[in-house]
Amino acid sequence: MKTNQRNIILGILIFLYPATANAMHIMEGFLPKEHSIAWFIAALPFLIFGAMKIQNIIKDKPEYKMLLGLAAAFIFVLSALKIPSVSGSSSHATGVGLSAILFGPAVSSILSGIVLLFQALLLAHGGITTWGANVFSMGIAGAAAAWAIFRLCQALRLSTKIAVFAAASMGDLITYAVTAGQLALAFPDPVDGFIAAYLKFLGIFAVTQLPLAVCEGLLSVVVYNTLADYEKQGLIKLPFTLVRSDVQ
Amino acid sequence: MKKQNIVLLVAVILLAAFPLAMQDGAEFGGTDDQAKQAVAEVNPNYQPWFSNLWEPPSSEVESLLFALQAALGAGFIGYYFGYFRGKASKGELNAACKGNADTGIAQS
Repeated sequence: MKTNQRNIILGILIFLYPATANAMHIMEGFLPKEHSIAWFIAALPFLIFGAMKIQNIIKDKPEYKMLLGLAAAFIFVLSALKIPSVSGSSSHATGVGLSAILFGPAVSSILSGIVLLFQALLLAHGGITTWGANVFSMGIAGAAAAWAIFRLCQALRLSTKIAVFAAASMGDLITYAVTAGQLALAFPDPVDGFIAAYLKFLGIFAVTQLPLAVCEGLLSVVVYNTLADYEKQGLIKLPFTLVRSDVQ
Repeated sequence: MKKQNIVLLVAVILLAAFPLAMQDGAEFGGTDDQAKQAVAEVNPNYQPWFSNLWEPPSSEVESLLFALQAALGAGFIGYYFGYFRGKASKGELNAACKGNADTGIAQS
């Protein structure tokens, strides 16, 4: 197990080579004012609910505090790793799938919000004005999709590993499908309208994001494997008991 | 499980390394820069109405901050798994010492 931990950290560190250009998220000022405000309002109820949920975890279930930190740390790492893709451009994963599986999408919205704020303020990546839209795509739509797919796989009695992989990788793809939709709503094609613009923006993200979504799925399974192993040994408790099916 | 994690991590590394090897001469620029261009094509008159409050002065400083973000996350992940591993082995150690004390070995 010690080597296992080392492997995770090593695997993560391998990607820390300097990346040049920015990747992902809607750039600062690149949504019209009305859109910025609308997405902020759309994200607000989820953020409020998420904040309440986090407060409850800290107060009533302090045993999950560290796990909450782990979920946040995973988002921190994955959204900092800009990985080259087959399309000849780079992008980064999101990491929200894991937190959505462990704590539900509302908690993911808060954790994503923190990471997006950090990146907007210190890295000129994403932006304050586009924060609401980016929280919505990554922390709400992506996380809700991951959570729903995980539950669906569970209902279909697929192995938890497959469920984690499917949830995390699809959550990643849906994040960027929603980002493309947000841009297309703001910038519909003057001739062919929303659909044409949507396909255009989707085309930019989709090919690049596909292998990265696979990476995100695989890395999420690595962390899940380790968590499941720790749980099996009685070292930690996970907030859901669904893991048991393939741990035993 | 350990083996599987290694296989998975190698797969991730290959997925990231493959494009670098295959696409010689590609710039690997960010997809958001491409999105910016697409916005300019669809709506050439659009002017961003707000710019980032602060921008890293160079790409070196930017990569420093990205590395810092990843390091903070990776540091906590390592701490998390180490903490619970350590807590368990400390428990075992205490139990072992107590066992020794009971049988009188620890007194000698």
